[in-house]
Amino acid sequence: MTYTDSRGAAAPEDAPPLIHVTGLRKSHGRHRVLDDLTLSLPPGVHALLGPNGAGKTTFVSILSTLIPRDSGEVRVLGLDPWADRRRLQRLISLTGQHAAVDESLSGEENMQLMGRLFGLSRSRARERSETLLARFGLTEHARRRAGTYSGGMRRKLDIAVGLIPEPRLLFLDEPTTGLDTRSRQALWDEIQALADQGTSVFLTTQYLEEADVLADQVLVLHGGRIIARGTAEELKAQVGGSTIELRDDAGHVCEEIPTGGEVDDVARVLHGIAESRPGMRVTVRRPSLDEVFLQLTGAPPTDQITEEALS
Amino acid sequence: MTSTSTDELAAVRPARQHQGAEGAEMPQTPTRVPPGAPGAGLLTGLTQFSLRSLRHSFRDVESVLMAVLLPVMLMLIFTFVMGEAMAIGDGSRADYLAFVLPAIALTAAGFGASHTAVVVSNDVTTGFMDRLRTMPFPAVTVLLGHTVASMVRNLLATAVVLGVAFAVGFRTDAGLPQLLGAVGLIALWILAITCVFALLGLISGSAESANGYGFILLFLPYVSSGFAPVETMPGWLQGFAQHQPMTPIIDAARALITGTEVPSTWWGGPLWCLGFVILAVWLTAVVFPRKVTR
Repeated sequence: MTYTDSRGAAAPEDAPPLIHVTGLRKSHGRHRVLDDLTLSLPPGVHALLGPNGAGKTTFVSILSTLIPRDSGEVRVLGLDPWADRRRLQRLISLTGQHAAVDESLSGEENMQLMGRLFGLSRSRARERSETLLARFGLTEHARRRAGTYSGGMRRKLDIAVGLIPEPRLLFLDEPTTGLDTRSRQALWDEIQALADQGTSVFLTTQYLEEADVLADQVLVLHGGRIIARGTAEELKAQVGGSTIELRDDAGHVCEEIPTGGEVDDVARVLHGIAESRPGMRVTVRRPSLDEVFLQLTGAPPTDQITEEALS
Repeated sequence: MTSTSTDELAAVRPARQHQGAEGAEMPQTPTRVPPGAPGAGLLTGLTQFSLRSLRHSFRDVESVLMAVLLPVMLMLIFTFVMGEAMAIGDGSRADYLAFVLPAIALTAAGFGASHTAVVVSNDVTTGFMDRLRTMPFPAVTVLLGHTVASMVRNLLATAVVLGVAFAVGFRTDAGLPQLLGAVGLIALWILAITCVFALLGLISGSAESANGYGFILLFLPYVSSGFAPVETMPGWLQGFAQHQPMTPIIDAARALITGTEVPSTWWGGPLWCLGFVILAVWLTAVVFPRKVTR
């Protein structure tokens, strides 16, 4: 039951893809949230990127045994997440969008309660609790009620709970939403450390940067399907290189000029600016998530993008 | 199809930057394969959640205070404010106290049990329930835990009611078996209300709205045989008062507490309670497996 790293040439026959989905459909009432979603992922870290309401949480809920699907085939670690959910539940854990910690219990009590529920012995639950609280820098707050924690601490505790069972696949639904930059960075480090130890992670996010930093692969969910996939760089490249910002003396952006991103392209634009408007301040930046999204979701040839991304 | 697409994916999957150096030449398997978790059984789940819910109960100072103060205040008001004005027994304070005692115990316990809706709703809206439902153990034990805590909390309230009653002059010929019988009836009512309100907590959108349902239980006992004889009510109200579930429980509990003969219709109360429990458990079994936080 070992997963060969997917970069290796030969994956053993008995190692199923991490997640394999064909023709997945799911509606809430009349609203079709997931529409013929098809996807196959090897072990690793994957980020599902999408705006609010794109169906990220619904997708994660189906994968993590929470809700049944309407139709389509879904396998997570080779198991059907609804029909085989008891078996799958032993291998995964979900840290949802809400920090699902018990605010009336201390950090330690939260950890030990969940440890016991994951089926650990009392001593093992205590041991895991101590290890993980230390790892997330919560040891000195272990005896304080989780209700008194800051948003970042609560989120850390929440993720620590998800790690108690040493899951093979960890689902993180918008793990850093609402966190300040420092807490976000600290969490990113933890998630990376996990990945390095061989835990697969499937996370959803609204931030391209987050996907960029953490994931081997970024999936863009829109209109109920995966419309693009690749590394963050590949996605940005697809939507057209970089943007040149012109600033006035006060530092305000007064013009944005999109470029193809190649050196000669950028140089040509800069040369033009140097001649027509000398003295302007210039920043060259990568396209923002908004721009990536506008391109991916607003521009007509989405099929082409999908083709490119999957080829 | 499956295998080829997997291979293609593996081929396009880029190397993680920080792993690239050691992983590029030789594919490495993770040094440690996480074993996963076996999951707890029904009994562990029940014990753990009962302890959790009890911790909640006793850490929430306001709700403990409420559970104790409500019955005490009711008792004092009905004894000292209304007691002599009511023509019950020989019209004395003590006779009215004996008359209202079961109703006060049921009011306090029922209202306390309705708090279950709030705690269950909290577990749903915070996403706590979602996480439990992705874990390898029977998640429904979280509801059983709340039920156990509610029973303990409200039986304590009942004990307080009895204690205060004796303190302010209640005397009875009833023996311990009768008193225990009355407490048993009250316990059944607490169980029924707890089950119903756990269900309401599950389906209500927020803790606030879940809390609102509790007020029904504050008023239900007044339209029963609990505070005034049904015969003294207007005819259109008598029908409801006589046949609502609290009346047979109150009649039987009153007979037990005062040591008089138990009415032959005593089984009406337990039957109502059983009905509530069955209905609530059945609906919970339908709702719970698909209840997800939005």
